[in-house]
Amino acid sequence: MAAASDEGMSPHPATGHLPGTALAMVGIDKHFGEVLANASVDFSARWGEVHALLGENGAGKSTLMSILAGLYRPDNGQLLVDGQPVVLHSPKDAIKHGIGMVYQHYRLVPSQTVTENMLLGLPGAPLRLDTRRAARDIEELSERYQLRVDPYRPVWQLSVGEQQRVEILKALHRGARILILDEPTAVLTPQEADALMRTIRHIASEGRTVIFISHKLEEVRSVADRVTVLRAGRLVGSGLDMAEMSARDLARLMVGTDLPGRIRPRPRASGAPRLTLRRLCALDDRGLQALRSVDLTIHAGEIVGVAGVAGNGQRELAQVLTGMRKPASGQVFLDDIDVTGAGARQMALAGVAHIPEDRLGEGLVGNLPLLDSALMKSYYQPPISSGPFLNLKSAVQFTRGLIARFNVAGATPRTIARLLSGGQLQRFLLAREMSMQPRAIVAVHPTRGLDVAATHTVQEWLMSCSGEGCALLLISEDLDELLQLSDRVAVLYEGSIVAAVDREEADRERIGLMMIGSYQPDQVAV
Amino acid sequence: MNGELLISICVAAIASGTSILLPALGEILAERSGVLNLGVEGMMLMGALFGYIADVETGNLGLALAVAILAGALLALIHAFVTITLRANQIVSGLAISLFGGGFTAFIGKPFVGSVAPAQLERIPLPGLAGIPVLGQVLFTQDPIVYGSFVLVPLMAYFIYRTRPGLSLRAVGESPATADAMGLSVISRRYLYTLAGGALAGVGGAYLSLFYTPTWIDGMTAGRGWIAVGLVVFGVWDPWRAMAGAYLFGFVDGFQLRAQALGSGIPQFFLNMLPYIFTIVVVAIASGERVQKRLGVPTALGQPYWREERT
Ligand SMILES: Nc1ncnc2c1ncn2[C@@H]1O[C@H](COP(=O)(O)OP(=O)(O)O)[C@@H](O)[C@H]1O
Ligand SMILES: [Mg+2]
Repeated sequence: MAAASDEGMSPHPATGHLPGTALAMVGIDKHFGEVLANASVDFSARWGEVHALLGENGAGKSTLMSILAGLYRPDNGQLLVDGQPVVLHSPKDAIKHGIGMVYQHYRLVPSQTVTENMLLGLPGAPLRLDTRRAARDIEELSERYQLRVDPYRPVWQLSVGEQQRVEILKALHRGARILILDEPTAVLTPQEADALMRTIRHIASEGRTVIFISHKLEEVRSVADRVTVLRAGRLVGSGLDMAEMSARDLARLMVGTDLPGRIRPRPRASGAPRLTLRRLCALDDRGLQALRSVDLTIHAGEIVGVAGVAGNGQRELAQVLTGMRKPASGQVFLDDIDVTGAGARQMALAGVAHIPEDRLGEGLVGNLPLLDSALMKSYYQPPISSGPFLNLKSAVQFTRGLIARFNVAGATPRTIARLLSGGQLQRFLLAREMSMQPRAIVAVHPTRGLDVAATHTVQEWLMSCSGEGCALLLISEDLDELLQLSDRVAVLYEGSIVAAVDREEADRERIGLMMIGSYQPDQVAV
Repeated sequence: MNGELLISICVAAIASGTSILLPALGEILAERSGVLNLGVEGMMLMGALFGYIADVETGNLGLALAVAILAGALLALIHAFVTITLRANQIVSGLAISLFGGGFTAFIGKPFVGSVAPAQLERIPLPGLAGIPVLGQVLFTQDPIVYGSFVLVPLMAYFIYRTRPGLSLRAVGESPATADAMGLSVISRRYLYTLAGGALAGVGGAYLSLFYTPTWIDGMTAGRGWIAVGLVVFGVWDPWRAMAGAYLFGFVDGFQLRAQALGSGIPQFFLNMLPYIFTIVVVAIASGERVQKRLGVPTALGQPYWREERT
C-alpha cells in the first residue's frame, strides 16, 4: 500500500513533483574513529510516504540521517535528490534541497523566542528583525498543521513537546519537502505522541516525505508505509512494505534474534517503609521552586516509578535523594534515620545507590580509566586505601571484579571510560553501585540509549535488587518501562506529585493526562 | 571640589574611558560569538605601537589608525586560527597572545621610546553642542574617536538586538549547533567577530599612543585590556553597560591624575592603583551573582565548535 500509488500521477501542488523516488542514498560509509557507524548503507524514500528507519540504539540511524541533512560528511557514497546527484557540504545545502531534520537533541536557542528561532538563518529576509510579521506567518503555519505554539515565548520556557512543534514548524517554514524526525516520540506524553502521528500523516498527505526514526516497533507499525532496518551500521531490511511485516519479523530484523522475553512482574512485596520523603521542597539551579512539598514513602522491596514530562522536578528529586542538592525544606528518612541534607558521600554510606541520568557526567569519568571511576565511592576505605595511599593491587582486583560481574566485554581496568558503549558503561556502573550493598536505589533513565540486550540486563538487575529488599525509585521517560517494572507509579507535575497509583490501576491514558496537569479525578470514570 | 575641576575631570574621564570602551565593545562582539579573547591587552599594545610607528613615519593620522586596526586584527587572527580552526583552549591562547604582544611590542618599539607623536588627534569642539553648559563641555569638546564611540555604542546595541545578523551572532554564541543546523556558518562568524574585536582593541591602543599619552612607552596600556575584559562581564555583554563601566574607570583615573597634579600627598603608586582597585571591586560586586548563575553569559562561550562532535 505504498502511498505514492494513492496519490495519482498529477504533480502535487505542495511539491510540484510527480510521485516517485524523492531521494536515494547509495553505498554510504561513515566512520567515527574506530567505530563503523554506517557500512555501505543504501536508503531510498518516495514522495508522499512515511518511511520508518528502524534499528536498535547505536545501529547508525541518526548518523545516516545526519548525513542526509548535511551535518556529517560521508566517507563514501552518493546522494540523489529527485534523481539528481547532490553533494551536501553543510546543513545549508541540505536546506536548499528541501531537506529538514528535527534532531533528537533539539537545535533551538533557549534564550531566544520561538519567532527568533524561526527567523534564524532564514534566507532572503530583511536586515531588520521584523518579529511581528514573522509571528503572523508562524501562527498561520501552526494553524494549518495543528502545531500550537506561542510565537513570543522564549524557548527555555517551553515543554519538550512544544519545543518539538517549534522544530517541525521551523523545517516546514523553510520549505522542507523531506522531513526527518529523529526519535520524535521518546520524550512525549501518549497524547502528544498521538497528535504527532496525525501531524505526520497530514504532512505526508501533502506529498512530502517523512522519515521517521525509531527503535519502537509498535509506533513504527502504526504510522509508516514502509520501513528500512539497520543493525550495527548495516542494512538488514530495505524499503519493506509495512503491511507485510509482523512485529515479530521486525524485531528479528532489528535485533538479529527474537526479543528477550518481557520481564514478568513479581508478586508485590510489602516491607517496612525504607525511604520516606516528607513535605520535601527544593530549588532548581535558577533558584526557582522545583519540588513542592513532595510526600512519598517507598517500602523495602518496592519499586516506585516516577513519570512526568522532563523538567518537572525529576532531576532535583534524584539529586536531593542522592545528596547532590540540599533540600530547601522538608525531611528525608532512610529507615528511621533522618538523612535530610546529608551530602553525597553520607548518602552513599547510608546505602543509597545512584544510577545517574548522565553516565559520563555524574556516574563515571569519561577521560579516565575505569579503575578511577571504580574507586570513586570507596577510595577512602580499606582495602583500597591504606592511610593516605591507594593500594593499587587491591584496587585493580576490585575493578576486575566489577568488570566481571556483568561481563563488560573487552574492558580492562585501564580502559578509558568514554571509549565504551552506553550499554557497557551502564553495566559497569551497576556493578559499582551493587558493590556498595545498597538499601535503596535511585535510578534515573537507567535504560535510555541502551540496546535491547543491555536494557534487559538493567531491568533484570533492578527487579532482582527489589527482590532482595531494596527500595527503588525509578525515574524514566519510558512509560512502558515504568508500567512494566513499577509497583506504583507516581506522576510529577510542576514539582508536585499529582498522584501515586498502583500498577493495577495505572494506564497510559490516565498517566499521560496527569503528566500534562490536565487530569481531574472525576473525569476518569468515563 | 569646585565645578571647574569636576568638569575637567569628567572631560578626562571620557577620554580615558574611551581607551577601554573600544576594546570592551570589541570583546563583546567576540564573546557574543562564543570566543573568549584574553589577548586584548596584547592587541591594544600592537595597535598602540604600530599606529604610533606609522604616525612617526608618515605623519598621516588616518593611515596610523588604519595600521593600528590591522595590527590588532592581525594578532586576533592568530587567536582565531588557534582557537576556532585548531580548537585549542581559548584561555591558554589568549594569555599567550597577551604575553606575546607585550614582549613583541617592547622589542620592536625600543627605538621609538620617548619621542612624541608628530600628528596627534585633536579635540574638536562641536559647533553649537559644545556651548551647552556642563554637558556640552564634557561630551562635545572631545576628539573624533570619542565622537565615533558615541555613535558606535547605540549602533552596536541596535545591531545585536534588532537586526538579523545580530540575531545570528547571538545564536552562534548561545548554541552553535543550532546556528549550524539552520545553515549559518559558525566558523566564519567567529572569525569575523574575533577579528573585529582585535581591530577595536587596536584602535583603543592607538588612542593611547596618539592622543591620550601621546607617545610610545612599553606596556603603556598598563592593564587596560584586562579591565576591558572585566567590563564585558560587568556589562552583561551589553554595549551601553560597558560604556557606563568604562567611564566609571575613566572617572577614577581622571580623578587620580588631577590628585597627582595638585600634589595630594598620597603616594603616586597608590593613586595609580585606584582606578584598577575600584573597577575590580565594582565588577566583583556587580557580577558575582550573575557569574555564579551564569546569567547573560553566552552559553557556548569558550567552547570550540566542531560539527561532527557527539552531542
Ligand atoms: N558524533 C559522533 N562521534 C563519535 N561517535 C559517534 C558519533 N555519532 C555516533 N557515533 C557512534 O556511531 C554509532 C552509531 O550511532 P547513531 O547513529 O547515533 O545510532 P542510532 O541513532 O541508531 O542510535 C554508535 O556506535 C555511536 O556511538
Ligand atoms: Mg539516534
